[in-house]
Amino acid sequence: MNFDLTEDQRMLVDAALAFTRKQSPVSRMRKLRDDPIGWSPEVFRQMGELGWLGLPFPEAVGGIGGSFVDLALVLEQLGQTLVPEPIVPSLVAGMAILAAGDAAQQRAYLTPMVAGRSSLALAWAEADGRYDPGHVTTRAERTLAGFRLTGHKRFVLDGHAAAQLVVSARDGKAVSLFVVDAKAPGVQVRPVRTIDGRRAALVELDVEVAEDRRLGGDGLAALSHALEVGAAAACAEGAGIMRAVLAMTTEYLRTREQFGVKIGSFQVLQHRAVDMFIETELAYSAMLAAVIRIDDPDLAERTAAVTSAKVQLAESGRYVTQQAIQLHGGIGITDEHDVGLYFKRMVALNAMFGDAEHHLARFAARPGYLAGV
Amino acid sequence: MDLAFSPEHTTFRDEVRAFIASALPPHLRAKAESDAHFEHHEAMEWHRILFQKGWVAPHWPVEHGGPGFDATSRFILHDELEFANTPGLSPFGLVMVGPAIMQFGTEDQQRRFLPKILSGEEIWCQGYSEPNAGSDLASLKTSAEDAGTHFVVNGQKTWTTYAQYANWIFCLVRTDPRAKKQSGITFLLIDLKTPGVTVKPFLTIGGTPAFSETWFDNVKVPKQNVVGVIDGGWTVAKALLGHERTQLAAVGTIGRVIRTCKRIASRTKLADHALIDEPAFRDKITRLEVRHRSLKMANWRALAGAQLGRAPGPESSILKIRGAELSQQVYELAMELMGHDALAWFPEPGVVMDIEQSIASLFCYLRATTIYGGSNEIQRNIIAKHILGLG
Repeated sequence: MNFDLTEDQRMLVDAALAFTRKQSPVSRMRKLRDDPIGWSPEVFRQMGELGWLGLPFPEAVGGIGGSFVDLALVLEQLGQTLVPEPIVPSLVAGMAILAAGDAAQQRAYLTPMVAGRSSLALAWAEADGRYDPGHVTTRAERTLAGFRLTGHKRFVLDGHAAAQLVVSARDGKAVSLFVVDAKAPGVQVRPVRTIDGRRAALVELDVEVAEDRRLGGDGLAALSHALEVGAAAACAEGAGIMRAVLAMTTEYLRTREQFGVKIGSFQVLQHRAVDMFIETELAYSAMLAAVIRIDDPDLAERTAAVTSAKVQLAESGRYVTQQAIQLHGGIGITDEHDVGLYFKRMVALNAMFGDAEHHLARFAARPGYLAGV
Repeated sequence: MDLAFSPEHTTFRDEVRAFIASALPPHLRAKAESDAHFEHHEAMEWHRILFQKGWVAPHWPVEHGGPGFDATSRFILHDELEFANTPGLSPFGLVMVGPAIMQFGTEDQQRRFLPKILSGEEIWCQGYSEPNAGSDLASLKTSAEDAGTHFVVNGQKTWTTYAQYANWIFCLVRTDPRAKKQSGITFLLIDLKTPGVTVKPFLTIGGTPAFSETWFDNVKVPKQNVVGVIDGGWTVAKALLGHERTQLAAVGTIGRVIRTCKRIASRTKLADHALIDEPAFRDKITRLEVRHRSLKMANWRALAGAQLGRAPGPESSILKIRGAELSQQVYELAMELMGHDALAWFPEPGVVMDIEQSIASLFCYLRATTIYGGSNEIQRNIIAKHILGLG
């Protein structure tokens, strides 16, 4: 058992922290809220050059072939200043391609993303399906040249800006994944503003795609794995958010004066801050278990680690960000103050890749839940 | 990063499990499995078995009779014993006064006291709190007056856990009434057979006599029973609090009680399904299980640091607070799951399920977890000041 960072991981963390300080403080994200894309293609390319986007991807597609833990460490740091580039949407779509695509497909679709030249998005959620990846009404029908995809996808993260969409569709009885050019005729992408100042898309598909656009592997398995990775990634980013919000709040308690004293001298506020600290530590601990176990062949352990971390994120993240606003008092509910931006990003993280109830149900449905009972 | 125990530690864990399976006598095993209350003599029976095995004091150095375990092995042993629900050993000798005597005691004191703590021949209790000195321990009033070769002790201690079974008490006494609070306090070992000592057990809300009140009426205590220096007792007491921070979370116990909750819920039948199939109850169980896993992971982080010989980091300071709270929450859930069975108070066998037998008593008694060892509010004060820099 060891939770120390390796020398390489330490360098990675330092580089990510330096990036947040020098290039992407919260003020950058705040400005980009009004940008139609909401993030910067140049910065995304820079992230590719730094190797961040390729951390968990194999060398054959230009990746580093490292562990998911490495990427999680980067995401945690970027979460501290709400860096808006769509690493997680590209990561989950990329994971699906990696799991279900053949070598040629992996090279074709992953290489540009890993290099930071373009982003990917995973179009899986549909109306009436909540978080069930198996609820797929989008249809794939054979045509002479390939397939015709018809259906609607909702809240495709970064779907408004991604070059390629990884789409789940019912292909006979099975679910297959298709890589669809977002600019192809018959793909209608309608951007939607999201609560965290970013963008998602509603995607309407009535599009013909070539045979080689279908990923050959088990679509549902690949999609489920990708969503699991997404959940763990959300936990990593959320851990960074909690750390930042806790620091911001304790700093405020140390400096703000009322009744002639620093408000941090009031015990009721001290104890609230301690509870925020406790929740931050617990969520961070749970996150570590999830990112370490994400590729664990032991299904029961892997599911337990990821689902419980996502539930912990929901509970702790909600507590920490809500109490951060409370302890800031009136200034905390102004748009001008950063604490609200963190609060809203946490709401978004909780709503994506399965909410607490979804993961609680999965936790209890996993094999081994009643072992020894 | 790596979540697995090393092969050596995994082997050790298997060894511990095999040992418990073979060494725990059947009459204790039956109680362990039904979560029944262990009598003092049963705990001492298990103490002697662990002593024979050489595992009774896993954190003691080899020269004092410890097994020389590293931090992870100590944790594994503790965790497995907790999970198996073997009788809990009194910590006052093994975990508290023993290490204090090692660190601050004279060679004579070490020779005199340590072997009998280890063997269980002498049982210890703690004399810290007083009726008017709880969280504010330094306001204690029990006095020890210098009478040449000995002290004369007068006063009252309370919360002296299992003093009715103990041979010795380690006390904080005021040796300098003029000194400011923490100074002027001395760490003193007192033989409970000394004339003038009166021990009176009292019932807790759990219905068992876990604690006593102890009175000292002109009790003569030889000066060689001072541990550390006269008026320097606070230093000794503070050092005691720092021991084995990685075991404060009680994650083994909490995990076992969650299993008990699942057992109760699975065995409680409704018309056409079991209680555990009720979404509302399953949800409650699962939420506690999630919190338990996160706490266990925080505990492992603290442990990995301790294994490398580091001072406890911020993650370890939360273990006592959350472990205490979660211990209460799992028993509370067990009570809820029991429905009407929760009404029974020390029922005759057969009235409720075996596994439910002691839940009500423990549920009540464990309201103490957030109070003893420094209340959770005091713990929060400490974290606020020392980690968050508030104050």
